[in-house]
Amino acid sequence: MRTSRLTTTAVAVAAISVLATACTGQSEAGASDDPDAKTTINFWHGWSAPAEVKAVQDNIDRFEKAHPNITVKVSGNINDDKLNQALRAGGSDGPDVVSSFTTANVGKFCSSGAFTDLKPFIEKSKLDLEKTFPKVLLDYTQFEGKRCALPLLTDAYGLYYNKDAFEKAGITAPPKTMSELTEVAEKLTVEKGDTYQQLGFMPNFHGYETVVSHYMPSWDHAYFDENGKSNIAEDPAFAKMFTYQKKLVDSLGGYDRLEKFRGTFGDEWGAKHPFHTGQVAMQLDGEWRLGMAEDAGVDFEVGVAPMPVADDEADSYGKGYLSGTIVGIAPASKKQNAAWELVKFMTTDTEAVVNFSNGIRNVPSTLEALKSPDLKFDPRFQTFLDIAQHPKSSTSDGAVNGATYQLTLQDFGYQYEKGAVKDLQAGLEKTAKQIDTDIAKAK
Amino acid sequence: MTTHTLRSKRRRSALRNAAFMSPWLIGFSFFFAYPMVSTVYFSFTSYDGFGAPAFNGPANWTYVFRDYPMFWPSLWNTLWLVLVVVTCRVVFGLGIGLLITKIKTGTGVFRTLFYLPYLAPPVAATLAFVFLLNPGTGPVNAILGDFGLPTPGWFNDASWSKPALTMLAVWGIGDLMVIFMASLLDVPAEQYEAAELDGASAWQKFRFVTLPNISPIVLFAVVTGVIQAMQYYTQPLVAGKVASGVIGGSGQSFEPGYPDKSTLTLPQLVYNLGFQRFDYGAACVVALVLFALAMAFTALLMRGRNNLISASD
Repeated sequence: MRTSRLTTTAVAVAAISVLATACTGQSEAGASDDPDAKTTINFWHGWSAPAEVKAVQDNIDRFEKAHPNITVKVSGNINDDKLNQALRAGGSDGPDVVSSFTTANVGKFCSSGAFTDLKPFIEKSKLDLEKTFPKVLLDYTQFEGKRCALPLLTDAYGLYYNKDAFEKAGITAPPKTMSELTEVAEKLTVEKGDTYQQLGFMPNFHGYETVVSHYMPSWDHAYFDENGKSNIAEDPAFAKMFTYQKKLVDSLGGYDRLEKFRGTFGDEWGAKHPFHTGQVAMQLDGEWRLGMAEDAGVDFEVGVAPMPVADDEADSYGKGYLSGTIVGIAPASKKQNAAWELVKFMTTDTEAVVNFSNGIRNVPSTLEALKSPDLKFDPRFQTFLDIAQHPKSSTSDGAVNGATYQLTLQDFGYQYEKGAVKDLQAGLEKTAKQIDTDIAKAK
Repeated sequence: MTTHTLRSKRRRSALRNAAFMSPWLIGFSFFFAYPMVSTVYFSFTSYDGFGAPAFNGPANWTYVFRDYPMFWPSLWNTLWLVLVVVTCRVVFGLGIGLLITKIKTGTGVFRTLFYLPYLAPPVAATLAFVFLLNPGTGPVNAILGDFGLPTPGWFNDASWSKPALTMLAVWGIGDLMVIFMASLLDVPAEQYEAAELDGASAWQKFRFVTLPNISPIVLFAVVTGVIQAMQYYTQPLVAGKVASGVIGGSGQSFEPGYPDKSTLTLPQLVYNLGFQRFDYGAACVVALVLFALAMAFTALLMRGRNNLISASD
């Protein structure tokens, strides 16, 4: 009797567990909807500023005009966390077309099936991706051969500098090598008691965009070896970058002093950004800063240049870090063919890409759009167009667990810059081991 | 009465009892038993929320306890917050409740003043605290500096971030104050009169009259406080994010538990592992650790309750 009850309980538990797995969002195989039928699809994106939301809507209006049978319901301000939940839940109110600003998560999106494999759609539309998109953009929108996303505009990172401050300090040109960056940053730094009236450059890893992954393109590097193992302890570029950054931190006043000064900074996305207020004279940032500085009404002339490169890689000056918005299709969508029409339009139609780029003030993501005479931009924006097309510009590698490896490396950076880790090589080896463990766990 | 009739009567009675209990039974099954069993099951699987879960034995458990560098710091932070925040909230809640019941004028004003912070939304309250305690521009450090006192880094300093979170928790003490006030006003006045006739001091009156009368409320405050502290998520997350300079901007990475993992709590790990890293299995392990801790604390407190109440009697 007792055994029988135990068996019944075990079966009930197993049944509940099976039910639990059945209740989650599962991918649908293939797409059978008619893209010419009258339908409504949901598009979820992350933009939130009024000007950006308007640019998205303008783009959607152009799509609806070209595809009168498809109505697009747009939802903005969707970050990756919200997106992940919606993709898991599925349902008729869930998104059909999804976008994310986190290119580093493509590995996770593709390997988990969170984004639909676009290969059948691309083949059906006979799209030649190599002739449409720059190589780096094609790399960061696929993972291990599985293409689950396409690039929707690009972000190129460069160096912003305060031309007035340069003139006052007698500096005539932006730095081109990392040694020059140190020299110029020191010259531009004006101390005031135990703080700063003006800091030449905020090198700390918490200094908004001055994170490990954005510094790294200045050194030729590879995050992973050919076996997919972390390469950060083997590739000398990483040790060189951390050594350089730590020296720069020390030469500009030390970690504690810089961190205290950082506490006085305004919000990265607001008018009180330290570059706008003149608190820092140089800033590593994306192309969007140009428009934001303009909107903030800065009272100095803004200069833009590529980020300086390692001293022994001076011939590759002009390269930079690239990332951007990615767009894909939800696996639970019942309207994947209609969704593909929107994805294809937004990512490959030159006119759409150019207009959207003009509206959002991001770098266009197709080869044709990059050369389009219809691009309306400040002449300084050309610097970012050039960085986007530079053959040595790079992005962070994809991984099965998304940006986790970058966060682990970044975490090591925080410890190293403040002096909590003394032995750089040992620290890098330990971090590489952790990255490998996390990746093995995610597989 | 025949055996058959007796059995039939018992069955009817059992069915009736079950019918009366059914609302609770349904709620318990769907909102506790089912998630609980699922959580245990998922903790032994590799599950990303998209494909089907695959059994992977104790891999999630060994990963969390041995290989996940954020687990031990966040466990320590959670225990620290449970001990310090709960103690401070109970002591200050009781203290303020006592003060307000003693004062003769302006009771309503003070009661409102102390209760209001409890109504502040957690995110807004945390943002205000990060602003006030900003080591570079905040007014608190400016005042401390004017008096020649040390100016801590608060949310930007690993050794001060948890005390700063404790201050934030104590600031929103209105809920406990109201509960303690109600229980303090319920203490029979004649017991105080008798104690006074016996020549009891203020401390002796509190120890031998007030405390025994309100001990069930103290226990309630401690048990619910422990459970709340275990679930502490919003305030440390927002404080860490804002102090590290990350306010908005989707796609931005930030240091979890800034500064130096000092504000990382176990609920943050559940979210990070399950919903950001797609690792439901490991997230379930952390959730079960939280559950076990909450059960252990509650069992300890309930066991201590008998001693507390019997000692008070």
